[in-house]
Formats: sequence, C-alpha cells, structure tokens
Amino acid sequence: MNPFSPNPDGASSAVVRLHDVHKSFGSLKVLQGVGFEVDRGQVTAIIGRSGSGKSTALRCIDRLERIDSGEIVVCGHRVDAPDIDLKALRLDVGIVFQSYNLFPHLTIEQNITLAPRSAKGLSKAEARAIALDVLAKVGLSDKATYYPEQLSGGQQQRVAIARSLAMQPKVMLFDEVTSALDPELTGEVLRVIEDLAAGGMTMVMVTHEMAFARKVADQIVFMHKGKVWERGGPEILSEPQTAELRQFVASDL
Amino acid sequence: MTELDFATVLERWPLFVDGAWVTIRLALVATLCGFVIGTLCAAGRRSRHAVLSRVCGGYVELIRNTPLLVQIFLVYFGLSSLGLKLPAFTVAVIALAVNAGAYATEIMRAGFDSVNRSQLEAAECLGLSRLQVYWHVVLFPAMERVYPALTSQFVLLMLASSICSQISVEELTAVANHVQSDTYRPFETFLVIGAGYIVLSLLMRLGFWGLGALLFPRRRRLGTAL
Amino acid sequence: MLQTAFNANHLLFLLQGAMWTLVLSLIAFIGGGLAAFLVALARVSPSRTVRTATGLWVQLVQGSPLLVIMFLAYFGLPTLGIKVSALLAAGASLTVYVSAYLGEIWRAAIQAVPRPQWEAAECLALSKAQRMFKVVLPQAIRLATPPTVGFMVQIVKNTSLASVVGFVELARSGQIINNSIFEPFIVYLVIAAIYFAICYPLSVWSRRLEDRRAGPSRAAATSPSSHEPLLSQS
Repeated sequence: MNPFSPNPDGASSAVVRLHDVHKSFGSLKVLQGVGFEVDRGQVTAIIGRSGSGKSTALRCIDRLERIDSGEIVVCGHRVDAPDIDLKALRLDVGIVFQSYNLFPHLTIEQNITLAPRSAKGLSKAEARAIALDVLAKVGLSDKATYYPEQLSGGQQQRVAIARSLAMQPKVMLFDEVTSALDPELTGEVLRVIEDLAAGGMTMVMVTHEMAFARKVADQIVFMHKGKVWERGGPEILSEPQTAELRQFVASDL
Repeated sequence: MTELDFATVLERWPLFVDGAWVTIRLALVATLCGFVIGTLCAAGRRSRHAVLSRVCGGYVELIRNTPLLVQIFLVYFGLSSLGLKLPAFTVAVIALAVNAGAYATEIMRAGFDSVNRSQLEAAECLGLSRLQVYWHVVLFPAMERVYPALTSQFVLLMLASSICSQISVEELTAVANHVQSDTYRPFETFLVIGAGYIVLSLLMRLGFWGLGALLFPRRRRLGTAL
Repeated sequence: MLQTAFNANHLLFLLQGAMWTLVLSLIAFIGGGLAAFLVALARVSPSRTVRTATGLWVQLVQGSPLLVIMFLAYFGLPTLGIKVSALLAAGASLTVYVSAYLGEIWRAAIQAVPRPQWEAAECLALSKAQRMFKVVLPQAIRLATPPTVGFMVQIVKNTSLASVVGFVELARSGQIINNSIFEPFIVYLVIAAIYFAICYPLSVWSRRLEDRRAGPSRAAATSPSSHEPLLSQS
C-alpha cells in the first residue's frame, strides 16, 4: 500500500486513484466511499463477494458508469469530470470483460486492427503489424484469419486481451475475465495475465481466482458492502484483520 | 369459351422488357433510398432525444397505416401544388422510398436491438467514436440478422411498384394495360406479366443473395447464423 | 385559413366510401380467411403432393402484384365469358391475396405449436383430426392472433386498389370528388386521415396482443449499465 507521495502540491503520483467514490443505482447504494490507489507497474486485485461493488468500481474507472460523488483520476484524466475527453481516457485504459465481447462478424485480425485503424488512424499495414505482434504475445499467431466462433472460450478471451493491448494502454483492467470459462481453459488466460504483469503493465483486476491473486498481485483490495474493507499486500489473505475477510478467505477453500 | 391467344401478346415482348426495366430501376433506386432512410430513422428512433424519437416513430406509423396508392397521389399532387414539375419516375421513386423507409425502419430497429449492449461497450472502450461504433460494430451484424426480412420487404416493394402505373410511370403494369387495350387480350396479357413479376421476384432474390455473400464474408465462409 | 371547396357534403361522401372499404375488407377477411384456413391445413398436410401444390399456389400469389391479380379478375375474366362486377372482381382478388398471405401466417402458427404438444396428443390415443382440432389448433389460434390482427391492416389498405377497377370505396370516392373540385392534395389528405383512423387502432391492438403474448420474457433488462444509453452520450 502506498501513501500519497510527497509532491509539493500534494498530488499523488498514482496511475489510478479512487477517492471517496459513491455510486447508487436508483435506491441501491453500490459504492459507499471507495478509495484506493494503484502505482505504475503495480498489479492490484479487487476481491469480494457478489454484490460487494467490485465490478462497479472497476467499470467506473473506465467511465462505463458515472459516479455520484468522489474523485477518480486515471493517467492524469479526471474521470468524474463532466467534460472529460472519453476518447483520450480510453486510449490510455484497456479493459477486458467477462464475456470477451469479440465482434463476431470480424476475423480475429480485424477485431484487433479495428481500433488502431479507426481510433488511432494507423494504416492497414501498421495495424496489421501490431495485431500479429500482440497475437504472438498471447500465443495465437495462427488464428488471425479465424472468426471468434471458431475459437474456444479461453482463446477468445486471450484475443480480447490482445485486442486491448494493441492500443498500447497505460493501464489494463480485467473484469472477472476467467469467470465465464470452463476450469481447464482458465489456465491459458491466467498465464497471459501473469506475463503482462511481469512485463510491468499497471493492472487492476477483479477476480475470484484467489490463488492467482495471491501469486501475482502487489496489492489486494477486499471490498464488502460497497466499501474497501481491507487493503494491503497479498499477506492480508493469510492474515486477515477483519472478520469479513477471514470469512471470505475461508469460504474460498 | 373463347380461345386463348398468347401469341399476339407475346410478340410484343420488347415492350414488356422495356416496362420490366423501368420496374427494376424503380425498385433498385427506391430500395437503396428506402434502406438509407430506414437505417437513419431506426437510429433516430433509438435516440435519447425524445423529439427525434417521436418524429421518426410518427413517420413510421403514418406510412404503415395508410395505403401506398394514397401516398403516391399525395406526393404527386403535393409536389405539383408546390410548383415542382418533376418527372413521374422521380415522383414514384420518392413515394416508394418514403414508403419503404418506414418498413425498413422497423426492420433495422429490430436489427440494432439484436446487437448486445456489451458489444457497444467493448467498442467504445477501445476508443471508437459513436459513429464508428455504429458503422463497424452495429450496422453490419444488424443487417446480417435481419437480411431475410429486408430482402422480403424490398421484393414486396418491387411488386408494389405496379401501383405507380396510376401516375403514368411506364413500368411493367402500365405497359400491360397498353398491350391489353391494343390486343383485346387482357387475360393473356395479365397472365404474362404476372409471370414476368414472378421472374423479377426470383431475380431480385438472387441479386440479394449475391449481395449478401459479398457483404457478409463470415456467413459465406462459415455458413452459420450470427 | 386555407381556402377550399371541400365541404361537409364531400366528407360525407368520403365516409360512405369508407363504409364500402370496410365492407370489402370484411368480405376479403371472411372469404380469404376460410380459404387461408384450408391453405394452412394443406401446407402441413402429410401428403407431399398437397403440400407442394399449395406451396406453389402461395408462391404464385405472393410473387404477383395485387393490382395485376385485380386486373386479371376484372378485365381478364370477361374475355373468358365470366361476367364480373367491380365488387366481385375486387372481392375475389382480395380473397385470393388473403388466402396466400394469411394462409402462411396460420401455417407458421400451427408449426410454432411445440412438438411435444403433438406427441402428447398422440400418446393420449387421439385421432389425427382430434389432435389437430382439439389440441394444436386452439394453441395455434392464440399464436396467430397478433399477426392476423396486424394483417387486417394490410387488407384495409389493399382495398384501395379496388378503386383502380372502378369500385367506389374510399379512394375512388376521393377521385370522384376531385373531378368536381380539383383539389387533390386536400382530398387525399382527408382520405389518408380516414384510412389512418381505421388502421392505426388495429395496429396498436396487434402490438398489444403481441406484447401480451411475449409476456414476462420481454421484461426490460434491469442490469445497472442499461441506465445509460452509451451511444447517446452527447
């Protein structure tokens, strides 16, 4: 856990920073004062029960949900500001979803080159080079001309990761990316995430994979009832301070 | 029982071909314009701006609850009362396109609705603009899913173009009327052009099938539904 | 204020025409409906010949413009020695038209009754006729009602083509009025309004029936992200 760095103007050097974030859906209070930070190169895992607000918190980082109050700063962008440049934010942040969300009518390569060509204006050749590069990184170079429906769930998720990586983001968000996969397919996806982490990517992932979180994360954020209940390094999983985290860890065994 | 004489009718086949060609041109131009109108209105229907949504909705309801014949007359007489002297073909295209647009709106709306929200989220999170998302992620999958409905609707449009004979457009039905009054063989004449329309329907369906193969490479390669 | 020669008498004349529109629509619906029932049954017949022959009939009718069918009936039949009035020609044409389109709608409804229903009826030792009439058809009727009501709108609109063969329904009444006051735009505007007044309630009813049938499965998504329409974030 990192305190605010001692800059002259008191600003934090964290890549992702949430401060006192509140969000309700109608009368349902989903986030009740969430705050944590992620430094460059740091991997943060958000864990918690269903309904604890962890996915919502992640989605708020990329402005998929608008917060009611509080502050979110990502790579220098004030996400909670009403006039935020969404495109600039999304060029810096990559997000991978539970249901992969590949575009079914495009080939794998087209899925990956779409954003570099349309959002960044790269040429067909440049985009293609990037696509082949990221596909190699996730181990699917031979699948470039296939369509998503021809791939397994694990392969599709790896393509989804490659698709986000092709935009060269500064932060990667993962929203329970292995939850929809058959158990034997989660391994290949987790390996890719682990490689990314080792490569120094700043990551925030919402996950149920406790063993994986313990292994890869620098910071664990345990959320309960819309609040950050505990925060710390992986050791908090073996030495929980609160009863709720103790219960949560125990139920996972 | 009078003898049926198809020969007298069939020897006028060049006239029928001319008429069929006008029908084809009418149908193609109206189909294209109708599709564009329908796509734009479908987007308008789904817009967050209540006024736009209601205007598009009102347009659809007005067209779908009044006969094409009346619409054609309204466009024809309406334009001339505004002082616009347009050729009958253009008037017919306008009326047909406006008519087709309303039906296309509902079809495309169903198509757009069939695209999962999460697809839109993924596209926006990649940095694509609203328009880019619509073009690359929504439009083609939507079209592919409702393609059979679109095809049927536009074939119906081609058949409905026969009504344009009433404002003196020299399409197939108008030609038939000339021929039957010349040959005194209405039964044979209308049977012949009936067959002609069936052939045109088949040709149109073939054309659409080919276009589909071009627009939807995934379907061409894998043969599965989206 | 618009200066027009269109007065209440003209409106009355139009409404009379509208009445004939409704009469013709009813004839088409009843006559065509009976024929459609036969077509639908024939299309699901165990006999391949019957199925294909009826299928051919449907393709022929659906591939021809209604106007051509009307011309065939009104101008063509007399040359074969059959006398037809405008009403008869229009009525017969619409009956043919309805038999094909409504027949297909009803065929689809019959085929939409889940297979297990047929099988359950068979296992209860019901005869083929009993299975059809006591188990399948009642359910098919429920499935067919929304599109049938929707199709009634098509019937009413298509009666306007009867004007072309001289039958004095709503559209023809308008042409007659036009020939005396020469204000086609206003006349057709009123005509359009009358058609709309007849058809719109039917359309609304059809949609309501469709929504009711689809029921709870069509309930709006309650996922949090559906609160914000992403593509309209202007």
